[in-house]
Amino acid sequence: MTAPQPHPALPPTPAGPPPGAAVPALSIRGLAKRFGTKIAVDGISLDVPAGSFYGIVGPNGAGKTTTLSMATGLLRPDFGTALVHGVDVWTNPLEAKRLMGILPDGVRLFDRLTGEQLITYAGLLRGMDREVVASRVGELLAAMDLAQDAGTLVVDYSAGMTKKIALASALIHAPRLLVLDEPFEAVDPVSASNIRSILDSYVASGGTVIVSSHVMDLVQRMCDHVAVVAGGRLLAAGTVDEVRAGASLEDRFVQLVGGRSHTEGLEWLRTS
Amino acid sequence: MVAHLLRLKLTLLRNGLKRSPWQIVGIAFGALYAVGIVAALVVALIMLGRESHEIAQTAVVLGGSMAILGWGLIPVAASSADMTLDPLRFTTFAVPMRQLLAGLALGGLIGIPGVATALVGLATVATWSRGILPAGAALVGAVLGILTCIILSKVVTTATASLASSRRFKDISGVVFMIPLILLGPIVAGVAQGISASAAFLPDFARALAWTPLGAAWSLGGDVDAGQPGAAGLKVLIAAATLAGLTWCWKVLLERALVNPPYAGGGSRKGGKLGMFALLPPTPTGAVTARSLTYWLRDPRYGGSLIVIPLLAVVLFFQASQGDSLGVLSVLGPLTAFLMAWSISADISYDNTAFALHLATGVRGTADRLGRALACLILSVPVVLAFTVVPFAFTGSWEWLPGILGLSLGMLLSGLGLSSVVSARYNIAVPLPGDSPFKKPPGNVGQTMLVQFGGMGVLALLVIPEAALLIVQGVTGNPFFGWLNLGVGLALGLVLFVVGVRVGGRWLEARGPEMLAQLTVNR
Repeated sequence: MTAPQPHPALPPTPAGPPPGAAVPALSIRGLAKRFGTKIAVDGISLDVPAGSFYGIVGPNGAGKTTTLSMATGLLRPDFGTALVHGVDVWTNPLEAKRLMGILPDGVRLFDRLTGEQLITYAGLLRGMDREVVASRVGELLAAMDLAQDAGTLVVDYSAGMTKKIALASALIHAPRLLVLDEPFEAVDPVSASNIRSILDSYVASGGTVIVSSHVMDLVQRMCDHVAVVAGGRLLAAGTVDEVRAGASLEDRFVQLVGGRSHTEGLEWLRTS
Repeated sequence: MVAHLLRLKLTLLRNGLKRSPWQIVGIAFGALYAVGIVAALVVALIMLGRESHEIAQTAVVLGGSMAILGWGLIPVAASSADMTLDPLRFTTFAVPMRQLLAGLALGGLIGIPGVATALVGLATVATWSRGILPAGAALVGAVLGILTCIILSKVVTTATASLASSRRFKDISGVVFMIPLILLGPIVAGVAQGISASAAFLPDFARALAWTPLGAAWSLGGDVDAGQPGAAGLKVLIAAATLAGLTWCWKVLLERALVNPPYAGGGSRKGGKLGMFALLPPTPTGAVTARSLTYWLRDPRYGGSLIVIPLLAVVLFFQASQGDSLGVLSVLGPLTAFLMAWSISADISYDNTAFALHLATGVRGTADRLGRALACLILSVPVVLAFTVVPFAFTGSWEWLPGILGLSLGMLLSGLGLSSVVSARYNIAVPLPGDSPFKKPPGNVGQTMLVQFGGMGVLALLVIPEAALLIVQGVTGNPFFGWLNLGVGLALGLVLFVVGVRVGGRWLEARGPEMLAQLTVNR
């Protein structure tokens, strides 16, 4: 058995927030996970300040989803800790989950419920009042532009509508931290800008949003902080302006991650 | 191009097996089963060669016609057509239509049903090897017949593709298909009775069928053997015309399907109807119960197990009416209790990764367990009570009612307790959400069988007190033990129910992320 071991003991920042600063919305230290012989996440430490709009970018298979799953209590890490507003996700999961709204990527929904029933279910599971749930469900459906399809089964929704209904289920309990994995995949531009304005006003009112994406342009326009992840490691983190250092985020990202192949070859593909 | 398509199908089959060694085990069992049936049929066809001409001709024509009918009906009814080489995936490749048709048709032969049909069909050559000419005619007939089977199934699946891709059709056909499957015993008995009563009619029926597209191909060998080359010639024409007609239909349908992909959308409906969520208390437990009840009614994987219960009663009544004693009816209650209780032993596996919502919301383990168990209890208590009491109206031996009722309730409550523990701990292979209840599920077959049989064994241990009291009542004839059994069943069942929900809840809270990780593998 000579499977490679993750190296969790390499925190790039000192453990814990600096004294005097506010408690970060999410603070992860040395998170690591191995699947079989493949190290998916190799010791990532990150502080997400409260009230920030935080983007996590990385190429496909970089470990974004694995990191976010471990930070939100969906996947048990091999090493490391995750604190949400100071509450440990893995020793105190129920309390931590009350503070978080999660939109996981690549999981099914209870899709034989109608859209309205699904959001209601998410609210009631969290022990909320029926009246509060009912009024918020109506507002969320309107905000997501799903009121016309509220009584349709989720299994009959399109991919973008499914994403929106899952996002609504994550918002119902007014969490302090929102963790959204690929929230804009398959969502049409109008809905995407509606969702962005919801998220913007949510951040303006003091909430924290973490989104993962591989659309650099979107992250550069939307987020104030960004972390670049590749190969299960953290390559850069900070405000968007710090990370992009004058270049566009996309160029800086390619520079950090590497692997850009030059457009040689494929001469036969040139039609003229 | 044809060779490419065949190679593609073989590669897909081989790569499918590479995913896990357990899939090979599953295929091996399926193949073994098929080999047994095929071997029996081939031997029967060879033996038929020695029987009289009329018997052989009747059997071959009727059997062949049934094969063609089966290939036409089963893919639709079971909504389980083999879509490894889905023609729609070739839309962008500009494969010439003629070669696409040939490749897909021959590809249909690769696979257990195709190979089995081909082998049995070719065995009819052995039946008619009474001379070179009949054997040759049988070979021509067999090839025509086998091709007709394949092409007919292609025509039917292509024609119903857009229908079959609609969720509503899939849901309904999956459940409806169960009915004849469960009632197989009574149906077979009825048909056997009918056949033995009208054995004289069968040769005439076969003669008539032989002039139809269903039986024409299969009658060639027999006609030549009987010295009727004229009839055989006409039937070759019928069979060939059938094949040509079907191929033309398939070509037209396919051409249309390739440019009009199936549309599976539904109308949109406004909200305002919360269904069960409005009826049950607005607590996490109530919400889980409401969700589970909704699924029992809407998800064919659950609906399938609900429809089994009344059919079970029909089968048992049939059994009892065949025998002299109605005593067998009294097992209906306990059996129903067992089936209902055990049906939620894989509840989280049925959720698949949708379970992530429970994990993300941090719902308490006991609320999850209790909610699911209560949903099942709400549905099963009336059914179990009715199925326990009603049989005594037929048997009249009311002195047994309290004891059997105790066993039924004990079985139901203990079983639900046990299911709550089992489904919190073990993830087993079940059909995925949206799939037909018959679809072979992905995942670890070994663990599935171990968990299922192990769990049933434990349940048998848990109801030993009730069973023992029933035996004591039988030996002593004292009705007191029956009433004692009612009390014991209820009390012991309730205790085990509470313990099961508690233990299952604790395990689920401790191992929720691990459960989700296992479910992700079977996605």
